Amino acid sequence: MDCYTANWNPLGDSAFYRKYELYSMDWDLKEELRDCLVAAAPYGGPIALLRNPWRKEKAASVRPVLEIYSASGMPLASLLWKSGPVVSLGWSAEEELLCVQEDGVVLVYGLHGDFRRSFSMGNEVLQNRVLDARIFHTEFGSGVAILTGAHRFTVSANVGDLKLRRMPEVPGLQSAPSCWTPLCQERAAHILLAVGPELYLLDHTTYSTVTPPGLVSGVSSFLQMAVSFTYRHLALFTDTGHIWMGTASLKEKLCEFNCNIRAPPKQMVWCSRPRSKERAVVVAWERRLMVVGDAPESIQFVLDEDSYLVPELDGVRIFSHSTHEFLHEVPVASEEIFKIASMAPGALLLEAQKEYEKESQKADEYLREIQELGQLTQAVQQCIEAAGHENRPDMQKNLLRAASFGKCFLDRFPPDSFVRMCQDLRVLNAVRDFHIGIPLTYSQYKQLTIQVLLDRLVSRRLYPLAIQICEYLRLPEVQGVSRILAHWACYKVQQKDVSDEDVARAINQKLGDTPGVSYSDIAARAYGCGRTELAIKLLEYEPRSGEQVPLLLKMKRSKLALSKAIESGDTDLVFTVLLHLKNELNRGDFFMTLRNQPMALSLYRQFCKHQELETLKDLYNQDDNHQELGSFHIRASYTVEERIEGRVAALHMAADAFYKAKNEFAAKATEDQMRLLRLQRRLEDELGGQFLDLSLHDTVTTLILGGHNKRAEQLARDFRIPDKRLWWLKLTALAHLDDWEELEKFSKSKKSPIGYLPFVEICMKQHNKYEAKKYASRVGPEQKVKALLLVGDVAQAADVAIEHRNEAELSLVLSHCTGATDGATADKIQRARAQAQKK
Amino acid sequence: MAFTHRPDAPELPDFSMLKRLARDQLIYLLEQLPGKKDLFIEADLMSPLDRIANVSILKQHEVDKLYKVENKPVLSSSEQLCFLVRPRIKNMRYIANLVNTDKLAGRTRKYKVIFSPQKFYACEMVLEEEGIYGDVSCDEWAFSLLPLDVDLLSMELPEFFRDYFLEGDQRWINTVAQALHLLSTLYGSFPNCYGIGRCAKMSHELWRKLEEEEDGETKGRRPEIGHVFLLDRDVDFVTALCSQVVYEGLVDDTFRIKCGNVDFGPEVTFSDRSLKVLLNAEDKVFNEIRNEHFSNVFGLLSQKARNLQIQYDRRRGMDIRQMKNFVSQELKGLKQEHRLLSLHIGACESIMKKKTKQDFQELIKTEHALLEGFNIRESTSYIEEHIDRQVSPIESLRLLCLLSITENGLIPKDYRSLKTQYLQSYGPEHLLTFSNLRRAGLLTEQAPGDTLTAVESKVSKLVTDKAAGRITDAFSSLAKRSNFRAISKKLNLIPRVDGEYDLKVPRDMAYVFSGAYVPLSCRIMEQVLERRSWQGLDEVVRLLNCSDFAFTDMTKETGFNESLRICVSWCCTFSELSALRFLGREKGYRFIFLTTAVTNSARLMEAMSEVKA
Repeated sequence: MDCYTANWNPLGDSAFYRKYELYSMDWDLKEELRDCLVAAAPYGGPIALLRNPWRKEKAASVRPVLEIYSASGMPLASLLWKSGPVVSLGWSAEEELLCVQEDGVVLVYGLHGDFRRSFSMGNEVLQNRVLDARIFHTEFGSGVAILTGAHRFTVSANVGDLKLRRMPEVPGLQSAPSCWTPLCQERAAHILLAVGPELYLLDHTTYSTVTPPGLVSGVSSFLQMAVSFTYRHLALFTDTGHIWMGTASLKEKLCEFNCNIRAPPKQMVWCSRPRSKERAVVVAWERRLMVVGDAPESIQFVLDEDSYLVPELDGVRIFSHSTHEFLHEVPVASEEIFKIASMAPGALLLEAQKEYEKESQKADEYLREIQELGQLTQAVQQCIEAAGHENRPDMQKNLLRAASFGKCFLDRFPPDSFVRMCQDLRVLNAVRDFHIGIPLTYSQYKQLTIQVLLDRLVSRRLYPLAIQICEYLRLPEVQGVSRILAHWACYKVQQKDVSDEDVARAINQKLGDTPGVSYSDIAARAYGCGRTELAIKLLEYEPRSGEQVPLLLKMKRSKLALSKAIESGDTDLVFTVLLHLKNELNRGDFFMTLRNQPMALSLYRQFCKHQELETLKDLYNQDDNHQELGSFHIRASYTVEERIEGRVAALHMAADAFYKAKNEFAAKATEDQMRLLRLQRRLEDELGGQFLDLSLHDTVTTLILGGHNKRAEQLARDFRIPDKRLWWLKLTALAHLDDWEELEKFSKSKKSPIGYLPFVEICMKQHNKYEAKKYASRVGPEQKVKALLLVGDVAQAADVAIEHRNEAELSLVLSHCTGATDGATADKIQRARAQAQKK
Repeated sequence: MAFTHRPDAPELPDFSMLKRLARDQLIYLLEQLPGKKDLFIEADLMSPLDRIANVSILKQHEVDKLYKVENKPVLSSSEQLCFLVRPRIKNMRYIANLVNTDKLAGRTRKYKVIFSPQKFYACEMVLEEEGIYGDVSCDEWAFSLLPLDVDLLSMELPEFFRDYFLEGDQRWINTVAQALHLLSTLYGSFPNCYGIGRCAKMSHELWRKLEEEEDGETKGRRPEIGHVFLLDRDVDFVTALCSQVVYEGLVDDTFRIKCGNVDFGPEVTFSDRSLKVLLNAEDKVFNEIRNEHFSNVFGLLSQKARNLQIQYDRRRGMDIRQMKNFVSQELKGLKQEHRLLSLHIGACESIMKKKTKQDFQELIKTEHALLEGFNIRESTSYIEEHIDRQVSPIESLRLLCLLSITENGLIPKDYRSLKTQYLQSYGPEHLLTFSNLRRAGLLTEQAPGDTLTAVESKVSKLVTDKAAGRITDAFSSLAKRSNFRAISKKLNLIPRVDGEYDLKVPRDMAYVFSGAYVPLSCRIMEQVLERRSWQGLDEVVRLLNCSDFAFTDMTKETGFNESLRICVSWCCTFSELSALRFLGREKGYRFIFLTTAVTNSARLMEAMSEVKA
């Protein structure tokens, strides 16, 4: 135990700093770190190295190599740099490598050296070249800040959504600033720069001069500045060897430290943690590392090798040729437990557990001590928390065991914090493994979230581990396993050396129909890699047709898309494909395609009916659908055409079409209509009045009503109006005219083909009972009763019905008998009925 | 037959949630266009909108003026115009005209189009073609289910019938599937599902797909509705074509019920203005007589009037306190009832007057003869006379269709002559009407000498040498052959009557057609729900030509509400509703009806008719 605190270094009275090894690096570095452009991503991210041949003022005959390593020194990628000179490297929040070239072009590479995209930082940068560049992280993403040869700054706060902002000029700036840094305050990116003894703060519109409060006098230049991980604090290194520490707003000073070294440090970074006791800055020179805080003494380390500092959320990573270390302030929980002679509850509990294992009764003594103070809960919590901050699994185990031991003596200790810590540590230990190489601390892990960690594993192509973690943590499939499988599949389709069938089969075998996996996304990726056939094969597994169609269209498989769309039953989708096809194919082919797809055809027809009448006609023509073509012309004859000639012509075409369709009936009817139209026109000319568009029946009626009986008869003959209709027609028309004389004449002209009951009916409708009775007598025996009832002669109707001995007629009459007046008749019928039944 | 259910009949789910959902969504959409705006509403949407959000709600959300979408110049001076329309191309052109006119006048306003119940790509396409796609913003108001009554949900899509059954346009099927999906998310999944008809099957499949995609959300909810039955209208046109004689149906036939509202004219209200009346279960008088055969209605109404009188009479001999009680509590209800009673009596009188004028008895007799299949010649000449006398183009057409369906098509001679007569009477444009009816299978010609098998062999020949599209045409025309007579026998649709059918105490569903005919659609549902499958109905299914489209979809879930059933029908009639309500009462089920729109024979025929614009 004594040796546990051996690497603890006190800073001031309150805080300890410790440095421990994460990995011993056995990377095969060909160059010294100092000769390279180095970029290491925070959160235990990868390290990129690019030997900087451009710095050495001589023409680069050899192309440099860009190398990417995991934090444990495992090579991830190595590629020959073929683009222009690089000024700066940096990692984005998504762990993409941003390489800022001298001409302001930023090239984006993936973790495995795969080129993603590039963008330019603008013309101004291109003209003046890049002097210096920084990649920084904001809440929106990752930003790039560039200092050009004209000593102007151009900033983009988020490279994902590139918006370039040119910062205002600092007047009278003749030379490059001695040091500068991007600052993120109030959701905007600013630049802080130092020129001689002056500090300037640039925002989007203006610049302002700022002075750090309480700075020692005599400063003529700032050599180095550092902003904390959270942009809350700022440290300045002056040429007098002072380190000023304060808030980034430059409103408050934390402390100042004179390190008595005037040489500019190689690197200076903040080393603090959220809610840490002490704010400290780590300063590195060639051979010396110094931790400086609000204390008279600093902590000093000797650097054996060329080292590089990576600021983290809760400490600093330091890597060199042979080792990778982590320097941080000892967390409170650990400090309480492990501090020499600590009496904190956690420390006692740890001790108790140890004694318990030794089967010593001292365990009980310790426990009692804690319990007497009522601090057992606190003790357990402390152990759990401290376990989280331990890097070594054996120490983690010790602490967790102690916590577990303490838990036994507590009644109601919620188990989830313990369980969660066990799970988290398991995940952390797994990713910290040398082969994986993500040295995350517990605080970083919590900040990063499990989702992001999974994404990082996926981007490192560590699919099995990611899936195991998902399964271990029982994450919902949609966010967990299936998402990772989908990523895996997207990677799989890029393996060009495997045949389409094999890839498709492999993917389907692994994915099956896991919920949340979109085969169409994977297919889209395959298509993006130029593997159209594979994409089609993958789409076959996609259960939602709606998802297949857009991609099929993109791949120009319109016909396949059409049938898929039809399968989906989504008409909108069909329509989308149709319009695509319409533009893609020539008219003939398009119609041909439609012809084989009745559903699409009817959909398109509907559209044409409203929007493109001519196309509709063409469609019918193409199909030899003469029936519909005929109908089309008929419709045109009364909707589109106005003039009579046009209408007749339309009808003519219709008739032709109907003949072709072998629909003689329709053809004849159309021809009749042509005749009628012409005739109506003539009638209008000769007689005046409105005839056009009347039906044949109405035309004749109008003629009779107008007193043109001759013409009416002529028309009836011409159009072979059946007798029955003519009689009805005349009867109605004459009655309407109240021309009873003519009606009677007409009724006697020959035997009525419709009988005489209608005469009675119509007369009664015109309320002419007198005339009605005339005809009632002529009605045939079957309908006599009805006729008599119509004219209201109930008594006689009853007589006739009795005579006929017809039950139905009897009840009909009976139903017409109304209470008082027809009482006698009703009795009579009842009697007759009774008689009939006797027989 | 007052409307009482068996005590074990389940409660109906509360569908007012659908209204609330629709309202909230509409308000949200209106708020998307902040500030004062004028709202243009399509005529068809006005009544449904009125049931969801009244003018004061609209005004609260800064709707300034309301306009109807119609072909008139727009006088709105507002800077923001909002259109609430069905996704129809004609509306798009209207909007495009308006926007383009503004553009010519150098005027810029904000335009927003809200499609209900969904937008179609074709509409956006038209907007694009008209060059205004960038000027308008489009939104969807997924308002697909309007609860018209406690047990009736309507999609209010009358055009569905023509679009699908005539034009073969399937775009609304998705809407139906979404409506079903909405219901199942709100009221729990439906464990048992049956259906018949091509459209029923497609919607069912789409709906299932939707359910799968959103798996997990509805799981674990106790299903409220036990059985679902989907039925295509073209399975049973006959029922829809018959004259309705149940009160609600008659009111619909006579006055046209629109979105649950009916306009009673002066002849009903006995005053000089007409009155818009909401007909649903809340109208107590109506609720008692809606499912009654018309011959009963007068009796019930006079009974009611007497009761009312007794209630009024009670106030005699009351002391002051009782009187006070009476006035404050009962009088209002009585007055209300009084008003309703006189309205319905007026309606009855008006119906009687109209029906006697048209010789209703003869008409019904003919219909019954057609259904039973005797005196066909007589019926044919009755129809001919009907046409010759120009009684009504729609009625004539209805009878023609009824004749065709019950007789498996008209014999060629009649087919030609009746059509000629019809054209002579009502105008030549009906040549297109006939072509429509033929396509829909409503009015066809018997193939001379061709037995069905011969036709089939002909089809199989077509398969080999003609393009695939043709085959489907041939098949569908074949599929639409009705075998009504055989089905009628099989399912016992025409009840044997010994003596008089007592319409006051009905024995079966036939009462909705005066005891002459059990609605085919309802009978199918009865049979399937009883058997829990199509088992044993193979022959019927074959005769309906729906072999490929009858399905059962059962899950093993238990614990669902056995007796609550939902019936989804593409355009159902009030008579069918009455018949099923009767069935439910007999068996202790409750039926909920979901329809694209409530229809009747006249609406069907109008949908098929070509009219001169």
